[in-house]
Parts: sequence; C-alpha cells; structure tokens
Amino acid sequence: MNRNPTEKKTDTENTCSSTTADAASTAVAVNAKTNRCRDVPHGPLWILRDSWTEALRHLRILPRTVDLMIFAIFQPVMFVVLFVYVFGNSITVPEFDYKQYLLPGIFAQTIVFGSSFTGAGIAQDMAQGLVQRLRSLPMSQSAVLIGRTISDLIRNSVTFVVMLLVGFAVGFRFNGSIGDTLVACGLLLGFGYAFSWIQALIGLSVSSVETVQSAGFMWMFPVTFVSSAFVDTQTLAGPLHWFADINPFTIVTNAGRALFNGQSPGNDLWFSLIWAVAIILVFCFLSVYRFSRFNR
Amino acid sequence: MVTAVQTTDLCKSFGMTKALVGVDLAIEEGTVLGLLGPNGAGKTTIVRILATLLLPDSGQAVVGGVDVVAEPHRVRARIGLTGQETAVDHNLTGRENLQYIGQLCHLERKEARRRTDKLLEQFDLTEAGDRAVKTYSGGMRRRLDIAMSLIAEPAVVFLDEPTVGLDPRGRLAMWDFIAELTSGGTTILLTTQYLEEADKLADRIVVMGYGSVITEGTPNELKQRMGAKRIEVELYDKADASTVIDALTPFSIPGLLVQHHDRTVTVPVEEGARLLPQMVRAIDAADVSLRDVGVRQSTLDDVFLILTDQEVEKSPGIES
Ligand SMILES: Nc1ncnc2c1ncn2[C@@H]1O[C@H](COP(=O)(O)OP(=O)(O)OP(=O)(O)O)[C@@H](O)[C@H]1O
Ligand SMILES: [Mg+2]
Repeated sequence: MNRNPTEKKTDTENTCSSTTADAASTAVAVNAKTNRCRDVPHGPLWILRDSWTEALRHLRILPRTVDLMIFAIFQPVMFVVLFVYVFGNSITVPEFDYKQYLLPGIFAQTIVFGSSFTGAGIAQDMAQGLVQRLRSLPMSQSAVLIGRTISDLIRNSVTFVVMLLVGFAVGFRFNGSIGDTLVACGLLLGFGYAFSWIQALIGLSVSSVETVQSAGFMWMFPVTFVSSAFVDTQTLAGPLHWFADINPFTIVTNAGRALFNGQSPGNDLWFSLIWAVAIILVFCFLSVYRFSRFNR
Repeated sequence: MVTAVQTTDLCKSFGMTKALVGVDLAIEEGTVLGLLGPNGAGKTTIVRILATLLLPDSGQAVVGGVDVVAEPHRVRARIGLTGQETAVDHNLTGRENLQYIGQLCHLERKEARRRTDKLLEQFDLTEAGDRAVKTYSGGMRRRLDIAMSLIAEPAVVFLDEPTVGLDPRGRLAMWDFIAELTSGGTTILLTTQYLEEADKLADRIVVMGYGSVITEGTPNELKQRMGAKRIEVELYDKADASTVIDALTPFSIPGLLVQHHDRTVTVPVEEGARLLPQMVRAIDAADVSLRDVGVRQSTLDDVFLILTDQEVEKSPGIES
C-alpha cells in the first residue's frame, strides 16, 4: 500500500477541510499503523484461531439463552419417560432389557436433533446481516462455519451429559469398560458433529430463519425413527426394513448400544466412523463452497 | 496524488436488472466521495463490489492498489464496511460486539480493548456498552454498527447511508466524526440520501442515474453548473402550474428544466436578482396570481432533482 502523503484537495466551503500539511502527516501515521496491525494472515493456525473466536461468540450467549437449552433437553427427556414407562412394557427386543436397548438410541437421537441448532444459528447470522460483515473482514471465511459447528458440538456435549444423568435416573447403566463407554460417547458426538455440517448447508441454503426450523428438522424424524433406535428393525415391513438397515443412524446406534452394553460392536463401529467422516468431508466442502459463492 | 479506490467500466446485472452499466469512479486518498442517486441507482451494488461481497460481471475495481476480484483477502485487510443494513450480533453486548470484530481483525487483545473503550465513548455508547444489543434503540444499533466497521482503523471506509435513523444530534456527531477520520487520512466512500450531509462532508460528489454516473464534481461545481440560484414561485392554484412553467422556461439555464412540485415551480438561474422582475412580469402577462416568489441559493437537493428527473422517468418501475 502506498504510504506517500497525499495532497488533500479541499473545497473552500467544506467543513472537513484542514491544513494540508497536517492532514498529510497524520495520514502517514495512520497508514503505517494500519499496515502494522493488519497483516494478511493465512494458514491453518489462523483458521483455528478465527474459528475459536467465532465459537466463543456462540458459547458466550449459551448461558443467556438457557431457556432454549432447557427446552432442547426437555423433549428427549419426555421421550425417555414416554418410551420407558408407556411403551416399555409392550415393546420387546431380543437379547436386551428395553431400557438398555432404548437409551443409546435416544442419546443418538438427541445429539442428532441437537445438530439442527447449527442451521438455525447460521440462518440467524445471515438474517441479522452479520454474515455480510464477516465476509468483508480479513478473517478465514470457513471459520464462520467451523466455529459454528464447534460451538454446537460443545453445546451438544452439555446436552448429552444431562441426558446421561436422566438415563441413570431411570435405571440405565454402562455395562462396558470405561474405554468402550468413552468410545461410544465420542462416536455419538462425532456423528452429531457430522450432522451439524448437513444442517450448516441447509442453514446457508434457505431464505429465512423460520424455514430452517422446519427444513432442518423434518427429515430427521424419518432418519431417527425408521431405525433401530426404538424398535428391532426385524419388526418393520418391507421397504421400511430395508431403509432402517442401511440407515447410518441405525449403524451408529447399534455401535453405541453395543459399546454401552459391553458387547462387541463389530463392523458397526468402523462403518459408523466412515459414515461420519464421509458426511463431514462432503458437507463441509459443499457448505464452504456455498458460502464462498455468495458473492456471485 | 494517490488514488485509494478506483473502478473502471464496472458492470453488474441481477438477472434482467442491469444494476451497473460501466461505472468509473476514483477516490483520492484521504478524501470523501459522496455517492448520490435515486433508489435502485446501484449505490449499494458498488459498495458491495468494493467490499468484496459481490463479484462484478466485468470491469475492474481496485482498493488501496489491490484488485478486489483477484485478491479479496488483501482488500479486506484495508477496508471497513458499514452496510445499508446493520450487521451486529443482537445477543452480545455492544462491548462484546466490538471486541469480537477486533479479534477477527487480529488486533492484540489489549489493543482491541483500548479501541473498544474509545469507540464506545466516541459513539456515545459507554453507558449502554454492557447491555445486550437487542435492548438498543435503532439509532444506538446503527452507531454501534458504524463503530464496528472502524475498530481496525481501516484505510478505506465504506459508509452506505450511515446516518439513516440517527437523530439530529447523532447525525451532527457523526459528521464531526467523519471529518475527523478524513483529517487522519482515511478515505471514505459515502452514500446518502441527505444531500446536506453530502454537501458538508464530501470533497467530491458523484451523481448516479440507474446504473451509470450522470455527473461528478465538487459540491460547489455541481451547484454552479446546475444554476447557482433558484427562483421559486408559489402558486395559489396547482392548475396554473403548466402555464407558469411555459412562461418561465425561457429564463431557465439552457438545457435545464423548470422543476415543478405541487404548487411550487422552481427555475434554475445563474443570477436571480436581475431576472426576477422580468419573470414576475411574464407570469403577470399569463394572468396567474402568485402566492409568493423569491430567490434563493441552490442546494444539492436542487442539483439532485434536476439531474435525476429524466432518469426517474426512464426507471423500470418506481413508485411515484
Ligand atoms: N441481490 C439482488 N438480486 C436482484 N436484484 C438486485 C439485487 N441487489 C440489487 N438488485 C437490483 O439492483 C439495482 C440496484 O440496487 P442497489 O441496492 O445497488 O440500489 P441503491 O442505489 O443502493 O438504492 P437505495 O438508495 O434504495 O439503497 C436495483 O434495481 C435492485 O433491485
Ligand atoms: Mg442502497
């Protein structure tokens, strides 16, 4: 950037005129300062740093929107109560006590539903014009999305802990080793993180905050209910059975359930990991691409 | 003289709408360019292209010597943008908003804090600084919005109708502040519908029609060119307007139309006092009675109205 002092051409009647020498000397000072403070950063470190700044913004307002959090937890808690105490006696699953069978599924569902906050948050940032400003800043552009998904991962972890406590209250127990349990928790949260990227793309694609709420939510009902989360998939008819068996949500639920109950998850663990990574890669790419195409 | 912002033959269409058709602009470093034009002229589109939010279809735009299409990232390190719509996080406090943007501009934490305090004070937000923005009034939100675009002390600032929604005191304070910024060497592109604002602040003015520049110059040059004085005739009866316009057209500066609004007819002239008696006689001859008649200095509003008059007729669809 040119730091040469400029001769300021001013209108005699203009209120903002000042003496030329004065203006020029401060101009140099300001520009020198500007250049020093605002180098153009790039590289992975900057992406991380900007992402964390973004994530902090979202995390900071979590305590201010506790009501949102409470209602987000209220719904799965109700599911636990309904399924355990209302349907619990009429639904039977082979080899399992229904509680031990059901709760890993509800954990997985809660976490996947929790990912819808990502889409809503992004749509809200666009609605309040903030995304416009962010796109004019010398920051890593993908950090806007990475920061959002990271903060939602953390939010989801908090929800998950509460859900675990509720699970214990109704009699759910970890029957696997500590290692198995941790892997199961990590797997479920990782899967939720992957779904956050799907929601990010939805949030970037819809026209309003109201739309994202239904667009982000609707498809998750079939995905989570036509699965092994609540019932044995053998009991489902024809195409539903077929869908439930290939549903990645079934695979991750089965893996989590096996680990929580001290059984071997077999290939389900690897398949669900592959699913999570694949979803992250594909939807991260699509979202970042979509974000970068806003300027067309 | 260094050119801080330059556009060459800038074009942009949205579907069938031609928002820009070959716009050339140049802003010297440390000056204010006032961009005027009717609604839908393309002012915001230019700002958005310069701020790297929008890609032009063709043409070139350079900010601080850097091409906005080729190296948007480097452009972003030099600019501050206050868009037409406010862009703040409503859940954060004013202070948090400022510090957050400071961090994204990679200021040191201490420096970000120092500038935050200073800006809160300058924009009269110190007391409200620790309240969530959703509790702010519209004007407070706008002031915060402008402050946020200045936290990195950018060399080039784009202000798209910055004083909309500010009360008169807020607007005056903003004018002082903008004058202070330019005396510090900051280059400013200002769009506004308050022509007094452009008159006060802008070193040069560009008037846009739909998609292209109609004319440019210093505020005084424009006023001279479009007639330094105005003779304003107020009628009792609106129906007389066309008769009066016909009678007065010969006195108007050649090429400039007599303006008419409701019961007021305005004639652009070079020298008022000399022509006034003749004009009154001409109206008298047309047998029209007058409520009032007088000479006044031209304002930028007059310039704007006269320049954009034909343009508005050409406009694809605009509410009358
Ligand atoms: N995203 C968009 N999609 C379609 N058309 C657009 C879009 N943005 C702007 N336009 C059109 O481009 C033209 C110029 O718009 P622009 O916002 O630049 O006008 P402006 O001069 O800023 O007007 P105002 O004074 O009302 O702010 C208008 O006809 C507008 O309808
Ligand atoms: Mg505009």
